[in-house]
Amino acid sequence: MTFWQQVPLPWKAGGLLLGLVFFIAVLLVKPIGVSTQFVILDGVLWDAAAPTVVVPSEEAKSGYTSTNPYLDKSGGKYAKDVANPLNYSFVFVIAMMVGAFVSAILRGGVARDQRAMPPVWRANFGDSVGKRYFATFIAGFLVLFGARLAGGCTSGHMMSGMMQTAVSGYIFSAGAFLIGIPAALYLFRKEG
Amino acid sequence: MEITLAILIGAAFGFVLDRIGATNPNYIIRMLNLSDLHLMKTIVAAIGVASILLFAGLLLGLVDPGHLSVKAAYLGVFIGGLLLGLGFAVAGYCPGTGLTALATGRTDALFFVIGGLVGAGAYMLTYAGIAETGLLESIAGGKATLGPVSGADYPSLFSGVAGEWLGIGIGGAFVLIAWVLPGRIGAANKQALPAE
Repeated sequence: MTFWQQVPLPWKAGGLLLGLVFFIAVLLVKPIGVSTQFVILDGVLWDAAAPTVVVPSEEAKSGYTSTNPYLDKSGGKYAKDVANPLNYSFVFVIAMMVGAFVSAILRGGVARDQRAMPPVWRANFGDSVGKRYFATFIAGFLVLFGARLAGGCTSGHMMSGMMQTAVSGYIFSAGAFLIGIPAALYLFRKEG
Repeated sequence: MEITLAILIGAAFGFVLDRIGATNPNYIIRMLNLSDLHLMKTIVAAIGVASILLFAGLLLGLVDPGHLSVKAAYLGVFIGGLLLGLGFAVAGYCPGTGLTALATGRTDALFFVIGGLVGAGAYMLTYAGIAETGLLESIAGGKATLGPVSGADYPSLFSGVAGEWLGIGIGGAFVLIAWVLPGRIGAANKQALPAE
């Protein structure tokens, strides 16, 4: 197995590469963030179903306004992104998925028996696919509701925030690990 | 130009996330139950490396301070972190790794992403009411950094220290923590049951 097929990379190589990507993003454009794009995709879908949700407005700072107060906040900046989804942050997230897809193909993909659940889940909760899907659905709800309440996620707050010594980044990370570690210790007693 | 950068940096980010094992929920869950800290070491080292490069770049004038983007601190940041932490532990996914895991063909990640879209939608619809509770009011200086960064317009908690040198020092501390973190915490006494 060559170095480039090894997953996970040794932590020094992986840390260096991931750190470089976060640095290059700030050097050339702005800090990396992901969770806002869930809102933008929701907005795009909602606006497709009900086209009056986001409309152009000459009074709004961004040039767009929304009947939804969240999309309309900060001068309608999310409303603008919903109206023009081919913007930097949305394309970034799509490209991120393509990058992960290419990496997975090059290393031979995810083993068939791990696609629906990881071994550590199977060891603690059994083989039921429905149970795993239900749990990840609820977890996804909590993670994105939490990320939007916090104004960022693991990328935006934890990594981009702490690399800039942002006070909010430390507060967010403290909250995430304060629950994340005890919850995982309680839920996953067998290692898998 | 900006879209080209989005494609290049985004693709590099997704590629690296997959290579460090972050798209695999097994590594995330075992990081959080402390039985395998490999991914923790990687992430802590990455934050340190990024911080050192960023603040050294600012000192040398290579990085435009206008590219910084510091988020506001408010009570909801902490509560949101708690909610995210719970879901992170259950699923082994966060927003970025959930999407990239879906791209690698993991089917549980699809349900995570759908749940995420519903959760983000629920926040959109309840935002006005949440704003009224005061959870979103700034605390600890709002959009503050630890030390003042010259050329950037953010308040700081410790005005007596140059933010750039503080950032390099904290970055170094992150790298050191990554170095000394053990591979696991606790004895390996939690083996999986043999197949029945």
